[in-house]
Amino acid sequence: MNNLESLEKLINSELTTKINLSKINHNELKIKIDEIDLLSVILFLKNDVRTKFKQLIDVTAVDFPERDMRFKLIYFLLSHEFNLRLNIEFDIKENYKVRSITSIFPSSNWMEREVFDMYGIHFKDHPDLRRILTDYNFSGHPLRKDFPLTGHNEVRYNEEDKKVIYEPVKLEQNYRNFDYESPWEGTKYIKEITKK
Amino acid sequence: MAKETKTMNLNFGPQHPAAHGVLRLILELDGEVVERADPHIGLLHRGTEKLIEHKTYTQAVPYFDRLDYVAPMNQEHAFAIAIEKILKINVPLRAQYIRVMFCEIGRILSHLLNVTTQAMDVGALTPTLWGFEEREKLMGFYEKVSGSRLHANYFRAGGVHKDLPIGLEQEILEFCNSFPKIIDDLETLLTDNRIFKQRNVDIGIVSKQDALDYSFSGVMLRGSGVPWDLRKSQPYDCYNNIEFKIPIGKNGDCYDRYLCRIEEMRESTHIIKQCLKLMPNGQIKTNDGKISPPSKKEIKESMEALIHHFKLFTEGFRVDKDEIYTAVEAPKGEFGIYLISDGSSKPYKCKIRAPGFSHLQAMDYLIKGHMLADVPAVLGSMDIVFGEVDR
Repeated sequence: MNNLESLEKLINSELTTKINLSKINHNELKIKIDEIDLLSVILFLKNDVRTKFKQLIDVTAVDFPERDMRFKLIYFLLSHEFNLRLNIEFDIKENYKVRSITSIFPSSNWMEREVFDMYGIHFKDHPDLRRILTDYNFSGHPLRKDFPLTGHNEVRYNEEDKKVIYEPVKLEQNYRNFDYESPWEGTKYIKEITKK
Repeated sequence: MAKETKTMNLNFGPQHPAAHGVLRLILELDGEVVERADPHIGLLHRGTEKLIEHKTYTQAVPYFDRLDYVAPMNQEHAFAIAIEKILKINVPLRAQYIRVMFCEIGRILSHLLNVTTQAMDVGALTPTLWGFEEREKLMGFYEKVSGSRLHANYFRAGGVHKDLPIGLEQEILEFCNSFPKIIDDLETLLTDNRIFKQRNVDIGIVSKQDALDYSFSGVMLRGSGVPWDLRKSQPYDCYNNIEFKIPIGKNGDCYDRYLCRIEEMRESTHIIKQCLKLMPNGQIKTNDGKISPPSKKEIKESMEALIHHFKLFTEGFRVDKDEIYTAVEAPKGEFGIYLISDGSSKPYKCKIRAPGFSHLQAMDYLIKGHMLADVPAVLGSMDIVFGEVDR
């Protein structure tokens, strides 16, 4: 498979019922699947001689608080042999437990831990699902859209107690989010630049 | 009766000179042999991705300098390319060459730091002193072009911020002519050095298969014999017009990775020279007034330029609703940006794929069965910078 078009055809014919949508955008094939098919789709893509997506580049999630299916999970795959990129995505509800792919790609271990840490999405059969980037005893999931930018706790060294203490965030001035967006649509034409 | 053995837990870091930053590595030791390593990261977590969601596209650029702070412009490059692809901006050729040139300067900066500090970790001090002298010169170039030695904030969507100051091209050329000699000197100190070899050869071997499974990229992947470099396989900017070779390792051990980095520095010098030669005159950023700010002179003369300037530095430019993953070959490996724009002037999401994150993940696999003294050698050859691992 040397180009995305034939890859798209192949995937659609091999995994017909599992693919909800496929699209080529910015030199990448994007496929939408259901969460239950995740392991089988990834196994196929990794092991089939015509695809050979041998490397998992990243796993991440996106938060859409207003949607019923709140989170979107995205898996980025890379095939060195055919020089192709593909990403798999699916939507899940809050509190849904996603199947872990650590059995297929050992590198997904930390990536899933990061998604868990940042978005609070749980993974089934993950060998070691702990927080990874945030502090010990941290509460909340920072990359959710409803998590405040300033966070909840701040840390400082207390001279009296001779130790580092946690306190609720106290700001001299609240974080100000100016709305600069103009209500006007603006012109659509682009002015020709004339050379003098 | 079987002899009872007890393992010992050892905390390596978070403040340890060989940890290359704030890494807390919990090692389970059986005598001097490492049984298990559990890296605790996040001590330098600043919430870059969250902050970027609250900043306009222009304001987000400096955050990329602070990821892998030894090669700042390489990160900015990925972000600039992501925006350019969504907005379908054509970057002027001169800007492309300037960007590629500074990315290669960044590569030398990063490899110089890594090779020399790796040598220091295994006991050689002189390379560090020699290497840092050269880094100083390179950071001088950064300063001349952007005003700061480290956090450049120089690349923009659609080009670069300012043109090269007069005389800089000559200075960079002079550096390129003198630098290969320095690499030779470094090699006389290290390449055949008995101690350096004893500490690095056959240490931390990664097989081809494992390098792929553990999402390795960059030198970590090439050191294991996988011929893969994004500059060649998925070229961006003007890498198409430039000739260079990709060094590949054979054994996948720390020593091969060191050799790859040394060779890459030579190739980078070669690329910089070509950039200087091929660089045309002309514009250094796109002339679309909706994206790149006007010059001071224009603001004084044209009402429209004044409006553009005001809008660009308050609201910022808007980016159409789209999703994109772009990756560049940063010194440490594949540095990727997954950007979701929603039509406003701020990104809806910006996921940063840092190469060091997946490299450090393999620490447990790499160090199992090695001696405690090999920990710094393996860690050093992975080229970890916590700015990007912790984001």
